[in-house]
Amino acid sequence: MSLPQSSVEHSAVCVRSRRDLFKLALGTSAALLGFSTLASAAPEAVVAEIKTMFGDKKLLDGKIKLDLPTIAENGLVVPLAFEVESPMTDKDYVKAIHFFAEGNPNPLVASFMFTSLSPKAAAAIRIRLATTQNIIAVAEMSNGEIYTARKEVKVTIGGCGG
Amino acid sequence: MADTPKPTPRVRMPATAKAGEVIEVKTLISHEMESGQRKDASGQTVPRRIIKQFTVTFNGREVMKADWGSAVSANPYQSFFVRVPETGTFEFSWLDDDGSVYKAEQKVTVG
Repeated sequence: MSLPQSSVEHSAVCVRSRRDLFKLALGTSAALLGFSTLASAAPEAVVAEIKTMFGDKKLLDGKIKLDLPTIAENGLVVPLAFEVESPMTDKDYVKAIHFFAEGNPNPLVASFMFTSLSPKAAAAIRIRLATTQNIIAVAEMSNGEIYTARKEVKVTIGGCGG
Repeated sequence: MADTPKPTPRVRMPATAKAGEVIEVKTLISHEMESGQRKDASGQTVPRRIIKQFTVTFNGREVMKADWGSAVSANPYQSFFVRVPETGTFEFSWLDDDGSVYKAEQKVTVG
């Protein structure tokens, strides 16, 4: 890999530019400014997103088994696995599960849609996390019930390379 | 991304199964998954280019579908489970932001 490319690689998921980093070094007020220009979805943004997707439906706890590391060393590749408890029959199955990240520039990480042909509402992927944050899973059942689960992931080297 | 090679999909799953058996499928595709958040050396934002959707069908019927966001890592890996009701073909397709579709298929024999 050539040099300029690797410097691009560095800023990964975040919008934090070299200039922002410089501001950080300048002093407290400048540092605050640097942080405020960091575009990231706040917990409220995730709540708002869930509200637009599901309205005022009651969010229940349980049924979702989330498998995420407590500490992720590399924010660029964080393994995410899940399984939703369900018999997965024609009448009773998991329609979809959505994942949200509170500290990423875009809150919606991924959505998975299942059918009654899927034997298990389970999958594994790898995701990018900008910083230490909560991951929220929201599962939609075929009977309209909504289940949620959350887990905090501490990110040592964020998608920002910092 | 224009100067990078065409994404290569890879699928790993057994070629034979018992009727109704639940098997795990592992998929991988080489793709940069450009998040649209990065800046290049001149400070210009690199436009987003990711694979936004991954679909699995069995003999033409949809099994599962995943919508990926910009937070999905480069060279996206996904594993999931399928049931094999009869001999048939699983088709996997990855939809790129630019409209390209990358495909792979795997025949599974029930015996």
